[in-house]
Amino acid sequence: MSALSRRRLLASGALVVAFSLSRRAMSQGLPGSLGKSPLLESWIRIDADGRITVFTGKAELGQGIKTALIQIAADELAVPPDHISLVTADTARTPDEGVTAGSRSLSDSGRAILNAAANVRILLTESAAWRMLTEPDKIELRDGAAHAPNGENLTYGELAAVLSLHVEAKPDMPRRTGGSRLIGIDLPRVDIPAKVTGGAAYVQDMRRPGLLHARVVRGPSDGTRLKAADFHTVTQMPGVVRVVRDGSFTAVLAETEWAVIKALRRLQAAGWERPGAPLPAEDMAEAIRRLPARDVAIFDTPGPPAPSDGKVLKARYSRPCLLHGSIGPSCAVALWENEGVTVWTHSQGVYPLRKALAELLRLPADRVRCIHVEGAGCYGHNGADDVAADAALAARAVPGRPVRLQWTREQEHGWEPMGSAMVVELQATLGADGRIAEWRHDVWSNTHSTRPVSAGGLLAGREVDPPFAQPAPRPIPMPEGGGQRNGSPLYALANAKGVYHFVEQMPVRVSALRSLGAHMNVFAIECFMDELAKAAGVDPVAFRLAHMTDIRARDVIETAANRFSWATRPRSAAGRGCGFGFARYKNLAAYCAVAMEIAIDRDSGEVRLPRVVAAVDSGEAVSPDGIRNQIEGAIVQSLSWTMHEAVTFDTLHRASFDWSAYPILRFDGVPDRLEVHILDPAREPFLGTGEAGQGPAAAAFANAVTDALGVRIRDMPLSPEKLRGAVRKT
Amino acid sequence: MITLTVNGTTHQVQAEPDTPLLYVLRNDLALNGAKFGCGLGQCGACTVMVDDKPVFSCLLPIAALSDRKVRTIESLGTPDKPGALPAAFEAEQAAQCGYCIAGMIMRAQALLERNNRPTEAELRAHLAPNLCRCGTHMRILRAVRRAAAAMGGGVRDAAEARL
Amino acid sequence: MAVGLLAVAAAGVAVGLHPPIAPLSALPRAFDPGLVAQGESLAHIGNCVGCHTADGGRPFAGGRALSTPFGTVFATNITPHPETGIGLWSREAFGRAMREGVDRNGDHLYPAFPYDHFTRASDGDLDALYAFIMTRSPMQAATPANQMEEPFGFRPLIALWNLLYLEKGPLPEDQSKPAEWNRGRELVEGLAHCGSCHTPRNALGGQQRDRAFDGAWIEGWYAPPLNAKSRAVQPWTVDELFAYLRSGLSKTHAAAAGPMGRVTRALAQAREDEVRAMSVYLASLMADAPAARAAPHAKENAVDSTHAEAAALFAGACAVCHESGAPMMLEGRPPLAWGTPLHESASHNTIQVVLHGLRPPAGRSGPTMPAFADTLSDRQIADIVAYLRARYTDKPPWPDLAQSVAQIRRERGE
Repeated sequence: MSALSRRRLLASGALVVAFSLSRRAMSQGLPGSLGKSPLLESWIRIDADGRITVFTGKAELGQGIKTALIQIAADELAVPPDHISLVTADTARTPDEGVTAGSRSLSDSGRAILNAAANVRILLTESAAWRMLTEPDKIELRDGAAHAPNGENLTYGELAAVLSLHVEAKPDMPRRTGGSRLIGIDLPRVDIPAKVTGGAAYVQDMRRPGLLHARVVRGPSDGTRLKAADFHTVTQMPGVVRVVRDGSFTAVLAETEWAVIKALRRLQAAGWERPGAPLPAEDMAEAIRRLPARDVAIFDTPGPPAPSDGKVLKARYSRPCLLHGSIGPSCAVALWENEGVTVWTHSQGVYPLRKALAELLRLPADRVRCIHVEGAGCYGHNGADDVAADAALAARAVPGRPVRLQWTREQEHGWEPMGSAMVVELQATLGADGRIAEWRHDVWSNTHSTRPVSAGGLLAGREVDPPFAQPAPRPIPMPEGGGQRNGSPLYALANAKGVYHFVEQMPVRVSALRSLGAHMNVFAIECFMDELAKAAGVDPVAFRLAHMTDIRARDVIETAANRFSWATRPRSAAGRGCGFGFARYKNLAAYCAVAMEIAIDRDSGEVRLPRVVAAVDSGEAVSPDGIRNQIEGAIVQSLSWTMHEAVTFDTLHRASFDWSAYPILRFDGVPDRLEVHILDPAREPFLGTGEAGQGPAAAAFANAVTDALGVRIRDMPLSPEKLRGAVRKT
Repeated sequence: MITLTVNGTTHQVQAEPDTPLLYVLRNDLALNGAKFGCGLGQCGACTVMVDDKPVFSCLLPIAALSDRKVRTIESLGTPDKPGALPAAFEAEQAAQCGYCIAGMIMRAQALLERNNRPTEAELRAHLAPNLCRCGTHMRILRAVRRAAAAMGGGVRDAAEARL
Repeated sequence: MAVGLLAVAAAGVAVGLHPPIAPLSALPRAFDPGLVAQGESLAHIGNCVGCHTADGGRPFAGGRALSTPFGTVFATNITPHPETGIGLWSREAFGRAMREGVDRNGDHLYPAFPYDHFTRASDGDLDALYAFIMTRSPMQAATPANQMEEPFGFRPLIALWNLLYLEKGPLPEDQSKPAEWNRGRELVEGLAHCGSCHTPRNALGGQQRDRAFDGAWIEGWYAPPLNAKSRAVQPWTVDELFAYLRSGLSKTHAAAAGPMGRVTRALAQAREDEVRAMSVYLASLMADAPAARAAPHAKENAVDSTHAEAAALFAGACAVCHESGAPMMLEGRPPLAWGTPLHESASHNTIQVVLHGLRPPAGRSGPTMPAFADTLSDRQIADIVAYLRARYTDKPPWPDLAQSVAQIRRERGE
C-alpha cells in the first residue's frame, strides 16, 4: 500500500469511506470552479525540486488576475510568490472554468485555488507530521518546507515525491493562520516587467520557425462583403504564398507581414457591397426600442400602491452602440500538425472556443488545443474568437507551418461585436414624505452575449461552405443578467418592478462589453435617483442613503461622499457641478460609489474633471492595488464611453472605421485627480471588481453636468456638442 | 539589403525598402516593444525614437531612415536593470493590459530628454497622440512624473494647481 | 509737394477724428435668448474666437498676436469686461467699430480687424452679435500694446487707408438673385470675411477689388481662388461646399487644413441655413471655373523611375491611408488626385499638410492625418511631393521643393 492510503486509513477512516461514495456528493459544496474540477492535481502540482505549478482556467486580460491567483496560492501554501508558476487557460492543461468574464475570476478560480491550496497544505502538513513523527499542529510551514519542532524539515519537493494529489478536494478546509501574508498586500504584478522592457508578452509577440503571416479578407464591417477580387494577381505578388478560400471565407498568406498587408490592400481595392437588408435609418437606440421584443421579468417587489397624489416622474435614457476598441487588434497563431490544430489565442474562453473550432474544422475536440496567450485589453467579447477561427482556417492550408493572423485596425472596428444600443424608461412616484413609493424600470436591448459556443457563433463559421447557422440569442438569466444586469436597484424599494424587453433581432453584431447592461441600467437608475432627489428637495446622497438598507452599500456611499467632501462641495459656481453615482455590480459583486466634480467651459462645451473620488468594497482584497487599478481604469474608460463614444452607421455599414471616426478620451481629457478608496471588510469573500466602476462613473458624470448646467441630458454620449447645446439653453 | 542602426547596433535587413520600420523591428529584429495598434498613425502603440524625436514607426519606411538612429524601449534597460522610465512604470504599476505602454514610455522618454521639467499641461499635451484604452492614464502620468524626478527634474503645476 | 502731403495728412487727421462714445453706466442687461443664439451662429461665421483668443487663453479674451507687414497687432479682449474688455460699449459703439473700425474712445482700429468686411453686416446681424458678445463671461485680460513699424504706429494714418479701401455699410440687395444668394453674399462679403484671406492685397494691405477672390497667402498657406480661376479638378457644387464648410471634408475634393480647418470647425457650429446660403453664393462665384464645365476624373499617371525612391517612401508612409484599398479610401474619402492643393501653382499647401498633418478638435471625429515633420527629411518630403504632382496631375513639376520645405519649417519655428 502507498504511504498515502496508509495515512488516510490512519488519519480518517471516515474519509476513506466517504471517498468511495458518489463523487458528485463530494463535489457539492466545493467553492468556485472546484465543483466542476474537484481533483487537487487539476489545480496544483509540486515537482521534486519544490517548484509549484498552479493551474487556472481563467486568463490574464490585464486585470492582474495572474498575480492575484499567485498571491492566493502562495499565501495559503506559505511560499514566496516566485516559487509558483501559474499556468493559465489551456485546454490541454488547465481546468475548464468557462469564460474569463463577469468579474468572476476571483470568485470562480480564486476560491477554487484557495480551497485547493488549503487542501494541499493540510495534506503536506499531515504527511510531514507522519514522516517526522510529530503532530500536524506542531508542523510549521515556511519557505517551501515543513519544519518539525526538533529542527528537522522536509521540503515540499521531498514531501510531494510520495504524495499523490490525485484526490478530490474536501470543502470548507480552514485557511492558514499566522505567519506572513501575501493576500492583502500590493504584490508587484508578475507580467509588468516584461511589458515595460520589451519582453515577449502577447500573442502578437509570438515567433515560431517557419511562421507565415496572414490576413483575413472581408468587407469593411459586419453585413458587408468584398466585391469579386482578382485573386490570381494577388497570388503573383512578391512574398505571397497563397490565398485560402472556403465558401466566402478568404485569407491571404505571405512570408512577411508587409507583403501580406499589401496583398490585403490590393484585394480590398475591389470595393465592397452590402448584400442583405439595409441598416436602420434612425439611430440604433431608437431602432432597438421599436423592434419586437420578448418580455423577461427582472424583479417584482410587491408593496402598497403609491398615493394618488404622489408626484410622478418619468424619464427615458439611452446609449448608442459602443465599441470595445481594443488597442491591439485581435490576433491568433495556429499550427496544424498530427491531424490536429493548436491555436494560441487571447480568447476569454478557450474551452467554448475549442468546442466551436472543433465543429468548424470537423475535428474531434481532443484534436483541438486552445492555449490562452495575452492580447490587448478586450473588455469583453471582441474579435479574439473570430480571429482564432480565421487563423485556424488559414493554417489548415499549410499544415506544419505556424500561421499568425492579425486583424487590421479597421477590421477590429468594423467586425467586433459591439455593446448593444439600449433604452431605459423609468417611472417612479414620490410620496408626501419625499420617499419613493413606486418604481418601474423598463429596459430594451439586444443580447449581451453572442460568445461562440458553436461554429455558427464564429464569423468564419457563417462564411465557410456549407455555412453553420448563427444560433439565436437568448437572454442571460438573473441574477447575472445581460441587458437587464443591474436593472434591479439595490435600494429598498417596495412596489417596484422591472421588465427586460429582450430584442432578439440584431440589426448589427453585438455581444458582451464590460459590465453588459449595467453601464446603461446604472446610468439610468442613478440619474433618475438624482431627478427624484431634486423633485423631493433632498440632497442626492442623502436621498440615496434614505433608501439604502444594505450596510456595506451605505459604507461605500458614505466613504465616497466624505472623502469627496460632498457636504461642502462647490455649489452654483458658473459651469461647475458635482455628481454622484453608486451601484453594487450585479447586486452580487463589488460595491462602488463615485463622486466627481466637473467644470464646463460655457463657450466651448469642453469639460474638465478636476476631481474624481471613488470608494469600493470588493470583499477581501487580494491585491488592493489591483483593485485600485481596475476601478481607475473602469472610471476613465466609462468617462470615455459616456462623454464621447457612439458608433455611427449609414444604411450600408458601420461608419466608425478607425480612431478618427470613433474618437476616445485622450490625455488632455482625463481627470486632474482620481482617488480610489478601498473598504476592506475582513474575510468577506472576494468580490469581482473589474466591471464595478462603469455604471457609477457614467451616472456621476451626467449628474455633475446637470448640477453645472441645470439641464438634464439623458442620451449618451454627453458630448461637447450636446453640452454646448445645453449651455445655450441656460 | 538595407542598413539600419537600432539601439546602437547596426543591422542589415533583407526587407523591402517600403517596409515600415515597425514590421522590421518586430519581425526582422525580433524586438517586441513597438506594437501594431492601427498602422495608420492614430494610436501611438508603435512609437519609437528616431534621432531623439518620437515617431510612429508604422508610417516610417526603412528606406527613409538612412543613418538616423532608431531607439526602442529595449534600449531603456532590462527587467533586472530598468532605466528611469521603465522603473517608474513598474513602481507605479502603470499598466493594465500594457499593450500601449512601450509606446507611452518612448513618447515620454523623448519629452524628458528634451525637457525634464515640463508642466503638467505640457506633459498631457505631449502624450495626447498616444491612446490608452484601459484607462491607465492616471498611473502613466504618475509614472512619468516619478521618472522626471528620478532624472533630476520634475513635473511642474501638477494636477492640484489646475483647480 | 510737401505742402500737398501735409494737406492730405491734415485731411486724413481731420477725417480720422472721431468722438468718443459715452460708456454704459452698467454692464448690459439680459438679451432675448433667440437673439443671443442667432448672434452665436454669426460669431461662428465670423470666427471671432479664432483671432480674439490667445493660445491657451480664455475665449474672446484677446492677446493673440497677428503679424502683418506693418507690425504686430494684438487682438483685443472682446469679453464684456468693464475695464479690459468691451463691457461698457453701447450698441452704437459696437456698431461703429464693426462698420468703421473705430473704437469707443474714437481711436482707429488696425484693419487687421477686418471691419472692411464687417461693415457689410446688417443692423439685425449686429444686434444679434452684440447680444451674444455681451453675454459671454467677462474676463480680466489687458491686451498687450501693438508693436508697429514706423510710421504705422500713428493711428490717424488709418483714416487715409479707410478713405482708399473702406466702402461703408451693407451691400444693396441684388433683386435678380434669390434671397438665399443675397444672404450668402451678405455673410461671405461681410461677417465671414472670406476675402481677407482669399483676395490678394496691395502693398498698403488693401484688398484688390478687381482681383476679388483670386487667391492669396495667409500664414504660409495659400487660400485658393474662389472664382473662375479656381484650379479645383472637381466642381464646387453647393452641396460639396456645404459639406466642406460644415464638416471640414468634401468627398470630391479634400479635407480643410491649416487656417481653413479652423474656419470649418467654427462653421460646424453655425446655423445650417446660413452656411447653406454662403455655399450658394460661393458656388455662383465659381460657376465659370474649369471644373464646373469639365467631366470629373481621377487622374493617375504612370511615373517613371526617377521617382522610384519616392514611390517606395509613399508606399510605406502614405499608401496605408491614401492608396485605393486603404480603409479611408473605402470609406469614400477623396483620392489625392481630386485635391486642389496638388494642382496649385505653389506647393506650399501640400507641404504644410505633410509636415503638420490634420487633427480634429479633441473628441470630435473627422479627417485625421499624422504629422511627418519628424518622420521624413526635407529631401524626402520634397521627393514625395514631386512624385504626387507627377502621379496625380498633368501640371508642370514644382521647382525648388526642398527649399520650400525648409522654408516652411523655419517659418513654423522648427
